[in-house]
Amino acid sequence: MRFLTLAGRRLAAALPALLIILAGLFLLLQLAPGDTVDALVAQIGGADATVIEELRRHYALDRSASSRLLDYLWRLVHLDLGESAIYGKPVIDVIVERIPPTLLLMGSALALAFGFGMVLGIVAALRVNRWPDTLISTLGLVFYATPSFWFGLMGIFVFAVYLGWLPAGGYGTIASGLAGWAHIADIAWHLTLPVVTLALIFLAIYLRIMRASMLEVSTLDFVRTARAKGLPESRVVTRHVLRNALLPMVTLIGLQTGTMLGGSVVVECVFALPGLGRLAYESVMQRDLNTLLGVVFISALLVIAINFIVDLLYARLDPRINATH
Amino acid sequence: MKLTRRELLLSSGALATSALFPPLAWAHAAAGQPRKGGVLNVHVASEQRILNPSLRASTGVYIVTSKIIESLVDLDDAGRVVPQLATAWESSKDGKTITFKLREGVKWHDGKPFTSADVQYNALELWKKHLNFSTALQLNLQAVDTPDAHTAVFRYSRPIPLDLLLRALADLGYVVPRHVFEGTNVLENPANNAPIGTGPYRFVQYERGQYIIVERNPDYWRKGEPHLDRIVWRFITDKTAATAALESGQVQLSAYSQLALSDIDRLGKNPDFVVTPKGSEANQFNNTLEFNFRRKEIADVRVRRALAHAINVPFFIENFLYGQGRPATGLIPSVSKSFYPADSKVPYAYDKARAEALLDEAGYKRNARGERFALKLVPINNGEDVPLFATFIQQSLAQIGIKVEITNFDYAASLAAVYKTHDFDIATGWHQYRGDPAVSTTVWLRSGSPAGAPWTNQYGWQSDKVDKLIDDAASEVDPAKRRALYAELVREVNEQFPIWFATERDFYSVVSKKVQNSHNVARWPSSSWHDTWLSA
Repeated sequence: MRFLTLAGRRLAAALPALLIILAGLFLLLQLAPGDTVDALVAQIGGADATVIEELRRHYALDRSASSRLLDYLWRLVHLDLGESAIYGKPVIDVIVERIPPTLLLMGSALALAFGFGMVLGIVAALRVNRWPDTLISTLGLVFYATPSFWFGLMGIFVFAVYLGWLPAGGYGTIASGLAGWAHIADIAWHLTLPVVTLALIFLAIYLRIMRASMLEVSTLDFVRTARAKGLPESRVVTRHVLRNALLPMVTLIGLQTGTMLGGSVVVECVFALPGLGRLAYESVMQRDLNTLLGVVFISALLVIAINFIVDLLYARLDPRINATH
Repeated sequence: MKLTRRELLLSSGALATSALFPPLAWAHAAAGQPRKGGVLNVHVASEQRILNPSLRASTGVYIVTSKIIESLVDLDDAGRVVPQLATAWESSKDGKTITFKLREGVKWHDGKPFTSADVQYNALELWKKHLNFSTALQLNLQAVDTPDAHTAVFRYSRPIPLDLLLRALADLGYVVPRHVFEGTNVLENPANNAPIGTGPYRFVQYERGQYIIVERNPDYWRKGEPHLDRIVWRFITDKTAATAALESGQVQLSAYSQLALSDIDRLGKNPDFVVTPKGSEANQFNNTLEFNFRRKEIADVRVRRALAHAINVPFFIENFLYGQGRPATGLIPSVSKSFYPADSKVPYAYDKARAEALLDEAGYKRNARGERFALKLVPINNGEDVPLFATFIQQSLAQIGIKVEITNFDYAASLAAVYKTHDFDIATGWHQYRGDPAVSTTVWLRSGSPAGAPWTNQYGWQSDKVDKLIDDAASEVDPAKRRALYAELVREVNEQFPIWFATERDFYSVVSKKVQNSHNVARWPSSSWHDTWLSA
């Protein structure tokens, strides 16, 4: 029960921000030259004035921006995200179809980045300024500095085109008729390259933070005390240093959810994955206001939810932090 | 004639290719006996909003739906009109009545028979009211009579040239079932995303953002066809990723120049693929330079001619387009055999000295800093070559003292800037030629188009002579006279120069050599693929 109140309170606190974001985005897109009919006509290679006029009516673009904004907000109150102009069906249905690939991609990439970042960060911190540290830090820097689309494309060329080990893109074998574990394995096989691509950049950040935070914590008094009372080094590292060094890492998860959604736009486009990121990109290009606002709305909810979980994790890692305050 | 190294390489490459694959031999010789079965995977770059070719005329729609839904007529390898759902046609003497005989024994995928009532409904309710380009073509269509189940008589209030109508119907004559659409909101009909037609393949599944699947129609009217079990279209937005999908065997075909120019060039050397403009002759495009006559400098024809003289088009084609194109001679491309004027030549060839002289003559002398005036250039981003051409224009014009500022927008925004708010001095994008000048070319010149209609005359330019030529040609039923009118139009437009078509370009297909009977008709990517098969 306390958990639910907490969650409800978080959501309520985020609502004004969400409303401002949605209204702001709506107005921002009004300022962008060209509407969804312009984009459609561009896509089909031209149309004459009567067709264009009729399409404007069809998409309700003949009404004023303010009346459409009010209409949108009113529908939002009823939890109705409207119709998607590109897909011709309710935005919520379009988004629900697109959430699983993005969640899977982000979740796996996050786990990979967090896991490897943590281990490599610990190794680097324990061997600080010796060759493993230099190697790991340099690699981290390279990963961080390389754009993800480049990683993705290189991955495709090496592992899909040249070696032929992994598929070049897509979310599962088309019409394979696979079920159960075979289906899951098929999706995992298709997601390997995209997940690694997305994870590499974030890996670098986790690695650097873990290393720095390990080094910082290991100089604190309680670590010296632990050593002084004769605890074995492994226990000092796992029980005392690691647990405290993890706090900034957990903070980072919450902060990076948003960034990762952004990164998934590129990765989903390169690997032709049907996720939220690509949907957002397409709705911007097609000026599909309802879909774009829907994606922003759902993404914002996602970020709020993950940050809420992060807060709960905090309390678990460090009992001094009480989630209720 | 001076040949550069690239031209030499290109022409020898072209010779080698044609020696290895003489156009027809390549389509048939490898063939032997068609093999039943197999799945053809096709790359598509962007997802269409609806899959209904009788509501949306666009190659992006055709490349998928023409396998499911058929048009009244199609084109053969030489671009001539051949029967499909219509088997014969005839025009009355006055050109106002066109009678179509329809194929008998054709069934919709849901089992109902295809009849003249379907054609009547499509023509009056969809082609005349909703279908882009067709609304103008069918403007004077008054009625479609159906004396029997397999005859449709189109009645027009003004004469319509039979050649124009037939050529246009290959693209604008797709028939969807009346019993599915009648009485519904056609734009929101579920069949727009799960198409039902008479074609060789039946719709199976459409996964948004991923793929579309069709399967063989066992009741197809061409007995023994089609050969493939399935066709799968995959949506891959990233051009480089699409090339990788071809190279890794995930897809076997990418049509309509949807890959990067450099990749098209590179795949041409790959022994597993054929890279060809053949089979896409029905669609041609030009790199344009569009002028806004609201700028006083631009309104002077000497200035417009000077701009054209200042730009070295052959150099651009050779170095930026990998040789994929030719300098254009006017608004009708040289592949359009029925209309291309015999004595055509490039109107304002590269000549920098002439450009400078024209500008001086017009009274725009260089100032102390060597500049004459500044122009705002809006690129309309149809393809990756557009920003390249924009930069090339900028640098070329700088050499004759015109400072060009490039204003970059995305696709939709650039269309709005040029064709709606007229917020440009010069613009560059693509013009598409669709087999007959009256389909989508003369709208670029005819006055009276309201603001907001892209790819129409929004230039603040008007010529009574050009308007009259366009209107006369659109209702001239004698093919020879019509041809002469268009030759006159080309001459007049080159003279007045309200717009410049700088290059003449083909769409390229990249196709795996396993795909047989491919690119054997003039609009192959948009045709029904009824005879296409895959070798083992």
